Amino acid sequence: MDRSKIRNFCIIAHIDHGKSTLADRIIERTGLLTSREMQAQVLDNMDLERERGITIKSQAVRTVYRANDGEEYIFNLIDTPGHVDFNYEVSRSLAACDGAILVVDAAQGIEAQTLANVYLALDHDLDVFPVINKIDLPSAEPDRVAAEIEDVIGIEAEDAPRISAKNGIGIDEVLEQIVAKIPPPTGDEDAPLKALIFDSIYDSYKGVIVFLRIMDGRVSKGTTVRMMATGAVSEVVEVGTFGAGQFIPCEELSAGMVGYLTASIKNVRDTAVGDTVTDHTRPCAQALPGYKKVLSMVFCGVYPADGAKYPDLRDALEKLQLNDASLHYEPETSVALGFGFRCGFLGLLHLEVIQERLEREYNLDLVTTAPSVIYKVHKTDGTVMDLTNPTNLPDPSEIDYMEEPVVSAEIMVTTEFVGSIMELCQERRGRYISMEYMEETRALLKYDLPLNEIIYDFFDALKSRSRGYASFDYDMKGYERSELVKLDILINHEEVDALSFIVHADSAYERGRRMCEKLKEEIPRHLFEIPIQAAIGSKIIARETVKAMRKDVLAKCYGGDITRKKKLLEKQKEGKKRMRQIGNVEIPQKAFMSVLKLDES
Amino acid sequence: MNHKDRIGLYIHIPFCVRKCDYCDFLSFPAHADVQLSYMDALCKQIDATDDDRSVASVYIGGGTPSVVAPEQIERILCKLNKRFCIEKDAEITIEVNPGTVTGAHFDCYKRAGINRLSIGLQSAWDDELKLLGRIHDYQTFLQTFHAAREHGFDNINIDLMTALPDQTAEKLQHSLSAITALFPEHISAYSLILEEDTPFYERYAKERAGLPDEETERKLYYLTRDFLQENGFKHYEISNFARPGYESRHNSACWRRQDYLGFGLGASSLNHGMRYHNCRDMETYLADPCKMEEMLVLSEKDCMEEFMFLGLRMLDGISVSDFSKTFSEPFDEVFGDAAKRLIDSGLLEREKDHLKLTDQGIDHGNYVFSCFLFP
Repeated sequence: MDRSKIRNFCIIAHIDHGKSTLADRIIERTGLLTSREMQAQVLDNMDLERERGITIKSQAVRTVYRANDGEEYIFNLIDTPGHVDFNYEVSRSLAACDGAILVVDAAQGIEAQTLANVYLALDHDLDVFPVINKIDLPSAEPDRVAAEIEDVIGIEAEDAPRISAKNGIGIDEVLEQIVAKIPPPTGDEDAPLKALIFDSIYDSYKGVIVFLRIMDGRVSKGTTVRMMATGAVSEVVEVGTFGAGQFIPCEELSAGMVGYLTASIKNVRDTAVGDTVTDHTRPCAQALPGYKKVLSMVFCGVYPADGAKYPDLRDALEKLQLNDASLHYEPETSVALGFGFRCGFLGLLHLEVIQERLEREYNLDLVTTAPSVIYKVHKTDGTVMDLTNPTNLPDPSEIDYMEEPVVSAEIMVTTEFVGSIMELCQERRGRYISMEYMEETRALLKYDLPLNEIIYDFFDALKSRSRGYASFDYDMKGYERSELVKLDILINHEEVDALSFIVHADSAYERGRRMCEKLKEEIPRHLFEIPIQAAIGSKIIARETVKAMRKDVLAKCYGGDITRKKKLLEKQKEGKKRMRQIGNVEIPQKAFMSVLKLDES
Repeated sequence: MNHKDRIGLYIHIPFCVRKCDYCDFLSFPAHADVQLSYMDALCKQIDATDDDRSVASVYIGGGTPSVVAPEQIERILCKLNKRFCIEKDAEITIEVNPGTVTGAHFDCYKRAGINRLSIGLQSAWDDELKLLGRIHDYQTFLQTFHAAREHGFDNINIDLMTALPDQTAEKLQHSLSAITALFPEHISAYSLILEEDTPFYERYAKERAGLPDEETERKLYYLTRDFLQENGFKHYEISNFARPGYESRHNSACWRRQDYLGFGLGASSLNHGMRYHNCRDMETYLADPCKMEEMLVLSEKDCMEEFMFLGLRMLDGISVSDFSKTFSEPFDEVFGDAAKRLIDSGLLEREKDHLKLTDQGIDHGNYVFSCFLFP
């Protein structure tokens, strides 16, 4: 394999700037697929991804391009996830590339994620060239955006292709620049095998399929490989490259190539993203840098609506985890909800995606509790406990102090909204760090924010307070001491453990009050009156009452309206679906997520 | 005779002098010639029907059936007698409104075999009658009532409405006293219900200004029930009260799911396990009075549900053994759990073979009924 004819690259962009569409065009123009075979977005395999328009898992595709110089080039396009939840996966995908195409929207210009991704790419020594997309939009300002790219990011943008991926304008120029501006891979084919895992998926026929970038050496069928971080050893069954949505076996993968291997590995946990694959019999001296164990940031309880479906939920989680090593779960029980699992996620989007997949692909009806972060509870006996479930908070007398996770957030916003965004950050207990003007009309705000203030609806609030113009990115910063309390909810004088949550002492009263109001709306009237109370310890801080069921009026029923009467009764019954019995009160499942909606006005 | 071999007949007269502001029934004022063509079509529909089951009751409702010439009513009953085997002591009711009937009407009705009257009074207060958009005042009603008695009608129902705008307990009490003093055999008392597409709905649905609140509504209901019971009426169905032996047979049969055939515009039928109604458009009906619409073939489950939510309206409740005899599965297997839950929460009670609403159950009837719907 002539390495000088290989280009390994990715596309980086802010969400909605057209990354997947450009990927589609590249695949289309390089002729691997006919137009007829193209689905709207080939790279996004999962329906869910297509619907949400975001890429969740990294994917790769190999295409062949005949360039204007008459040579054939092999393009390995590695698609990266586009959401801050998946930052680590993004960084590993970037590490598998030699260069990156930076897509910037000709109307919106640079956004927070654009910057975050570019810096990430530059950190990995990737050669980045910009592409200005959506030039067909009436509001497109390619010149301004080109200048912005040069000013803000400091990469040359004068000859950046100005394209419309949607309409196929300027794609040829992009292809030529890939050849000209992305460097060919380097590496030593004869050195011991050293390959980076940038993704892995589980296939029921082949077992785990590991996505690799070979840095040095070679691998083929029969090689005994070892995962350097997890220590898993197995014999390679198949190696190959990526078609569009299919796997194409080949003889051997060698330095510079991107491809996959299968080795009858049963669990994706053995093939952690970022790990180094080497030859067990002739290992490389050092693993590739940058591997880290992915940590869950957000936790919530996941319960089957019907307790009898617990085994089904367990099976579904097991299957999902085969494909998603970043999903963690362990069994837990709740007085209110019975048997379920405490699940750990990379972030709120990851949580939502998993929840939707469980409901759609596994046909499960779920009750999920309010998301929580990991709090560090320093106990008076000197020990520290990681708290992921508010219910497990020790008695206050045993707590010395608590710490909560804090992130460094970067928010990019047009100047007119700076005030309202600063106000939002203030409300969310943010600590102002700095503000820089990127250009006259745009500012980059830096804040330290407690993670538990942003996992709920921060993103939505940001969008609504900036009319959609603000963009947002964050990094874990560390833990800080904080005045936290556990807020309990009592329904009909019974504490509902699944509704407890941890909150900063200053906002406890307000949250408790709103939680009670929200639950009052959610809980239907019963035959009796139901008090809803919020409490810290034994102190009740808020109360609402669900009045007893309205009594029927003296209605008549004659022969002519029996069909109509039945419809009315059915409507009455309809409201009773998806309810959870707690004590003698029936609570709708969505009430357990009410804490998420406290800021809706 | 098995009640399954008997049927009821319903005749719909969709005409009225003026449509009341709360009314969502299929009725409207019409000229005499339209009325006449309608009666012709009605006869045609009756002629086209072939059913040899014995008729236990006939009910002529509306609208205001008394607005059509009484001879036309006589003509219909003649027709029915020719076509059907109407039992000798069948209950034959006609709805009349005060101010639309004279002695001549009553003579005619008597001749036709009608033996029960239902008079739409609604209230003994003229201001309330006006508010409802009724055409009569209380004095007119009294004349109608006494005239009916003089003509020998010894089975009379009076319709009464509660939960009217600005209705107080005192006002309702007065209406009740006035009516019971007349010793009618039957009283239908029901709440004003805001139906969509009525002037009342437009007027009150948004703000409910003047409409009694939940508490008041209950008070009025309990007042009605207690007062009528104290005065010798039996509360035999959610909104119906009768002196012993004068329960409406036509309606009771309907709640017991006996078959009934409906004649006239939009009239509904339950016929051999099917529910359907005649077309609701006058022109279409006149052209083809036998056109049926929205035919619903009831499954056994549908019938079980109806058995419960209709049967439980009667305060004697449903007979568990009747249920098991009627259907292929015993009651306890079908509804045992639901019944137990409702008994435990105090909404139903079991008295030997009967399952019936408790006082609390009457208050939450719809909830109770909905518990007997299949998922």
